[in-house]
Amino acid sequence: MSEQTFKHKRHEDSVATGLMWISPWLVGFAVFLIVPLSLSLYYSLSDYPILEKPVFIGLANYERLFSDPTFWIVLKNTLVFSVVFVPLSTVVALGLAALLNKELVGWKFARAIIVLPTLVPAAAAAMAWLWILNTDVGLLNRMLSPVLSVFNLGAPAWLQSKMWAVPAIMIVSLWQIGQSVLIYQAALREVPESLLEAAELDGLTGARRFWHVTLPMISPVVLFNVVIGIIGAMQVFVFPFIMTNGGPGTATYYYSMYLYDNAFLFGPQMGYACAMAWVQMMLVGAMTWMLFKISRKKVYYRGGA
Amino acid sequence: MRNQSSTFKPARVASWLLLVAFTVAFALPLVWMVLTSMKPANQTVGGVTNVLPTPIAAVPQYVTENYTRVFTDPVVDFPLYLRNTLVVTLLSVAGTIVSSAIVAYGFARVQWRGRNVAFGVMLATMMIPFPVVMGPLYVLFKELGWIGTFKPLWVPAWFGHAFSVFLLRQFFMGIPRELNDAAKIDGCNHLQTFLRVILPISKPALTVVGLLQFVFVWNDFLGPLIFLTDRDQYTLALGLQLYQSQTGNTPWNLLMAATTIVIVPVVIVFLIAQKALIEGIATQGMKEA
Repeated sequence: MSEQTFKHKRHEDSVATGLMWISPWLVGFAVFLIVPLSLSLYYSLSDYPILEKPVFIGLANYERLFSDPTFWIVLKNTLVFSVVFVPLSTVVALGLAALLNKELVGWKFARAIIVLPTLVPAAAAAMAWLWILNTDVGLLNRMLSPVLSVFNLGAPAWLQSKMWAVPAIMIVSLWQIGQSVLIYQAALREVPESLLEAAELDGLTGARRFWHVTLPMISPVVLFNVVIGIIGAMQVFVFPFIMTNGGPGTATYYYSMYLYDNAFLFGPQMGYACAMAWVQMMLVGAMTWMLFKISRKKVYYRGGA
Repeated sequence: MRNQSSTFKPARVASWLLLVAFTVAFALPLVWMVLTSMKPANQTVGGVTNVLPTPIAAVPQYVTENYTRVFTDPVVDFPLYLRNTLVVTLLSVAGTIVSSAIVAYGFARVQWRGRNVAFGVMLATMMIPFPVVMGPLYVLFKELGWIGTFKPLWVPAWFGHAFSVFLLRQFFMGIPRELNDAAKIDGCNHLQTFLRVILPISKPALTVVGLLQFVFVWNDFLGPLIFLTDRDQYTLALGLQLYQSQTGNTPWNLLMAATTIVIVPVVIVFLIAQKALIEGIATQGMKEA
């Protein structure tokens, strides 16, 4: 025991050797991350139309953000998207993982079909869904119309409708949920069978057993995926960019899209875009920190890891 | 196949029907895409009963016609975009494998002070949203004279890809240390150990990293959108969007044929390496475990 601890703590190699081995990443980290981040901070304090040199203007960009109605719209849209989509996708992914883990006939085939869309390029997925969601000739409305007409209802105009555009983007995003399903599947398999059996003996079955035994056991994985999910949802871009271009009106206009437009189209106003970028990063950081903080008591780490 | 036939449970049947329903729902967009790409334009619209191309015997002719038209489009040069995508993807995949393996060795097998801190920093960088750096990256690449070339899309891959490093480090750490010690006694230094001992037995892990990177680069949309300004350099993902938006009313059968072309390579990779990919993807959520 003591020998192992000793062995573990000993550093056989010099720091220089270590740094040499990781030097590709160190250089990349400096050039492709630290430099852009520092530049971004400087630009965010400047007026910078790209073609001319940046001019220092202090906090003016940040002040402008607060009085920019579009900023508040995209921020609200993005927060709403995240707050709805992350829990929704977590529930669906967990449900699918539990369903697959029953190992019913053909489950491996089902898993392959559920994972496949995750690998489909987002641009291609957007096209396939544009076709499915087409109001007049899309497959979804072709299937829905006969049913809805029974109740005297018209089919939704999906991407052209202020009410349905956001759900439509969420449906497309849910289609690419396969990665979380795989992760949850692996986590669920790690839950000790003996524990589930013991719970059953104590009279806990079905949903209650899942809530009181299974969920606490996999809570670190859930937390991690929720964090990753929030980070992803806060930068939602490709589907709304291709499928609705932010519309109708500003219904699906999201933070990253407005940032992109400012950085490359409107003006361009790189300084303003960089101020947006820093606010985005602080928001994501704050949300991650809060999640870890809130979940501290709820998340169960086995073996005190 | 555990006692499924001996104990018939209605709950199990209900679960199975649910599984079937989900499978159909997930498959439908791709099935519908392929079916549409095999129809003439006038058959793409119509009621829900118009599912299959008619007559079925004409399918080879429809397919040839649609796909030929996509590949010979006068404005959107799909063969060129396919070539561009391949170039960018292969250079990125090669760079990721080489650089990430080296860095991962430094994190897994070289014992140095500060290693865990550096590794923690690397993991933390994965949380930084790309939109945060895309503006200044564009400026940086412009200063370097890289805008108008493929370099912004593949050069960074040669500097270690954080997730790939993580994956390879896990694998390297699982290799028995005795192999290192034995190599050391034989007079091997780290470089020789890396090349002669670690790399040869890490082929499965290197394959997974390569496959995941292939899918990642093939699918990238935002990177090419920002860094490729010249239409002749577009990748398939960008070309597809151009194809869809250029006229505003591209016939659906042709758009679905183009979409199928973009997806097929990824599907082939998936079919060949399903097991490795599924394991690799599943690992992505286990970072802290």
